[in-house]
Amino acid sequence: MEELDGEPTVTLIPGVNSQKKQMCFDWGPGEMLVCETSFSKKEKSEMVPGCPYIHIIRKDIDVYCKILRKLFNESHGIFVGLQRIEEELTGKSRKAQLVRVSKNYRSVIRACMEEMHQLAIAAKDPAGDSQFSSQISILSAMELIWNLCEILFIEVAPAGPLLLHLLDWVRLHVCEVDSLSADVLGSENPSKHKDFWKLPGNTQTLTELELKWQHWHEECERHLQDGTFASSPHLEALCKIMLGDEAALLEEKELLSNWYHFLVTRLLYSHPTVKPMDLHRYAQSSLDVFLGGESNTEPLDNILLAAFEFDIHQVIKECSTALSNWWFVAHLTDLLDHCKLLQSHNLYFGSNMREFLLLEYASGLFAHHSLWQLGVDYFDYCPELGRVSLELHIERIPLSTEQKALKVLRVCEQRQMTEQVRSICKILAMKAVRNNRLGSALSWSIRAKDAAFATLVSDRFLRDYCERGCFSDLDLIDNLGPAMMLSDRLTFLGKYREFHRLYGEKRFVDAAALLLSLMTSQIAPRSFWMTLLTDALPLLEQKQVIFSAEQTYELMRCLEDLTSGRLVHGEPDAQQLQDDDIETTKVEMLRIGLARNLARSIIKEGSLEGS
Amino acid sequence: MFVARSIAADHKDLIHDVSFDFHGRRMATCSSDQSVKVWDKSESGDWHCTASWKTHSGSVWRVTWAHPEFGQVLASCSFDRTAAVWEEIVGESNDKLRGQSHWVKRTTLVDSRTSVTDVKFAPKHMGLMLATCSADGIVRIYEAPDVMNLSQWSLQHEVSCKLSCSCISWNPSSSRAHPPMIAVGSDDGSPNAMAKVQVFEYNENTRKYAKAETLMTVTDPVHDIAFAPNLGRSFHILAIATKDVRIFTLKPVRKELTSSGGPTKFEIQVVAQFDNHNSQVWRVSWNITGTVLASSGDDGCVRLWKANYMDNWKCTGILKGNGSPVSGSSQQGNANPSLGSNIPNLQHSLNGSSAGRKHS
Repeated sequence: MEELDGEPTVTLIPGVNSQKKQMCFDWGPGEMLVCETSFSKKEKSEMVPGCPYIHIIRKDIDVYCKILRKLFNESHGIFVGLQRIEEELTGKSRKAQLVRVSKNYRSVIRACMEEMHQLAIAAKDPAGDSQFSSQISILSAMELIWNLCEILFIEVAPAGPLLLHLLDWVRLHVCEVDSLSADVLGSENPSKHKDFWKLPGNTQTLTELELKWQHWHEECERHLQDGTFASSPHLEALCKIMLGDEAALLEEKELLSNWYHFLVTRLLYSHPTVKPMDLHRYAQSSLDVFLGGESNTEPLDNILLAAFEFDIHQVIKECSTALSNWWFVAHLTDLLDHCKLLQSHNLYFGSNMREFLLLEYASGLFAHHSLWQLGVDYFDYCPELGRVSLELHIERIPLSTEQKALKVLRVCEQRQMTEQVRSICKILAMKAVRNNRLGSALSWSIRAKDAAFATLVSDRFLRDYCERGCFSDLDLIDNLGPAMMLSDRLTFLGKYREFHRLYGEKRFVDAAALLLSLMTSQIAPRSFWMTLLTDALPLLEQKQVIFSAEQTYELMRCLEDLTSGRLVHGEPDAQQLQDDDIETTKVEMLRIGLARNLARSIIKEGSLEGS
Repeated sequence: MFVARSIAADHKDLIHDVSFDFHGRRMATCSSDQSVKVWDKSESGDWHCTASWKTHSGSVWRVTWAHPEFGQVLASCSFDRTAAVWEEIVGESNDKLRGQSHWVKRTTLVDSRTSVTDVKFAPKHMGLMLATCSADGIVRIYEAPDVMNLSQWSLQHEVSCKLSCSCISWNPSSSRAHPPMIAVGSDDGSPNAMAKVQVFEYNENTRKYAKAETLMTVTDPVHDIAFAPNLGRSFHILAIATKDVRIFTLKPVRKELTSSGGPTKFEIQVVAQFDNHNSQVWRVSWNITGTVLASSGDDGCVRLWKANYMDNWKCTGILKGNGSPVSGSSQQGNANPSLGSNIPNLQHSLNGSSAGRKHS
């Protein structure tokens, strides 16, 4: 009973011959790929002359409809507002608030209809016109159904003004279509009724109303019996109608557009103080009598009938089947859930149904390049599966621009979705590395807190420096701040750059100390020590003594450490010999420089100040 | 559902597989013409072929994308007994202007003695790893320890299934409660061959994959197999394409403290079985949230299966080819986006003309 019933929808794929071939497919985040193939002919290749098409299949049509954009945006605002005020909703004002929310939703639907109407007029294109009008009529039906639900489920007092609301409902939705019926049925009666009901702010009790109505009803009967209207068949018919004579009413059937118009009219004249719980009795019979067994019920009829019968689940189920998008059922069900109606009807899966529908709706929004942002909030208000659904959807959003990536990351960071943050940053860092944008790669690695990748990128930077003799992305490296601590290699990169800065500012002593510490603290990778020592040469050759004796000893130790570790593997080839030559020369120069510096520093330190 | 676009595939022979990348902005196709094509989606939504190259010396059965955390990487497998890993090289600016990109082969995996029938990357939390299966009945698991050097892959495991294998599926769950798991299907035709679906689980202690379960109720050849994405469930869901569509749940049975050495024991149940495809079901695949299963069968249709909030599975959609010609321009969809209704009558009835109106 509670299943999403109805036949599966069939989508036709052009170009594919399902009689002879099959289809291969793949899911994407918001679309599906489908292609004709043949699974049974695997062994032999079949030289098929034609070229089959690859088809992109999409699910939620309406997400791509521009006009509905406003509907989605504004209803999103209403939805979020409703979730937020939930705690504050208490007592009598609660019902009023919920009715207000419901009316807001309906006004959004109407605004959308109006906009479409305007567009249809402006377009003046007959083909588009019919499309617009069908869309408008669907929206109109949605509003019709929602309005009835609002009256019956949210707004309604136990008895009394029910019929008033239904009258309004009928007038608003049905009588618009056929103003003639409004004329006839509305001529004398509304005024009489207005007095009778003393709209608005009716202070009479139900019993008082009943009594008054009884009196009036008896008076009408008497008039009829007395033949007061005998001279005018029209007036007589009118009187019969006012007495609730079904036959008389049915004679005017053409003036009643449909069975629910008939229902309300009938109730007006025979049971004006009808109670909500009694409605269903009249609803089914009105439908049967009006149709007279000549035609089948349509989906809209079933939905309205279910509403009159207060079968909320049936209403939702029928709407889910009849409408191709989840917007309507998701928002309506959520609202009804806030009215605590779902739970009272069925404790077992009341809240699960709400979440199920919201998840469906939100998933659909993620197929769209900007509407996904609305979807985030819907997932937020699904306590069971919302978070994990959001995690799965959000990492699939294409990171086409940096701006979009930052938006996505902000959403994840706000919700402490650390794994998604890490993954997205990693994807961007990898993309940057492959495109040789090292600065970008480094900043994404830092944001991902990915030490390993930061090390990798730092290595690239250093390699670049060795090859080209300069750094790229200096701004980034200079302003690493505490992020420098993410990985040793990154720290080294930052400090090494600092060394160059100090040297450029001629702060040689500081530069020298830093250079040495890079080696002694083991932050510098061994492979880089030669470069560092070579960097030390100009400092050793300065006129003034920069490295102290102690520091010079340290440097010498580092050099010996480095050179003793060099072993020759097998027979060196020509290139290796040449490299070795360069190496040897470097080492020699360093040894000379260090020795000279040692001598000078010893002398300097041994001398008195000032001499 | 509706057809948004139709793209002329341009392969010279039958296409065997189509594959979306992680974000749905690139796709790859492979064919009996021995080539793979890569297509990119532009900002305007048009698809362009940005690469097309010969990948194997036999029909290419499957093509699959690695997770973008590892860069732009593809794997393909073929009748020529090999699987290959491809990486996109960022081209010269000229190529970019022409909208072309280059893919280079990083490695060829030549260990199989027979046609390699499936290749699948492992979930990203396991690193850069992939599994292949072959008609020789062996599942091979390879790993690239250095993500920046894709030419180095080592064969980490060889799992013998004893029957000719047709398909594999990694369990995507990254939960620490679930050790790595891989399901293997066999299309071996002989009735005596019983283990058509086997599930292997990685054991931390032995550092090997050991058989955890055989689905004994599946006795017909299996063509495809797919674990569903896990939304935090403690149990696993596995879909099988055989002579019908079958969905199993595998609930880990609580291990006794003493037998922590062996593989997990599972309580296996069939939660759905559908034979609507009339004969063989060839492919099954889950959507990204694991809420909808798609299957493709001998009836030439693709069917969509969904569970409602009561966990009852039903067919909610059918994609069917009617052989009608593809509409006009190859890139334009053949449906105008509109506020749709599943039932044409609804539009009629919603026009204010309910059944009763038909008289006037």
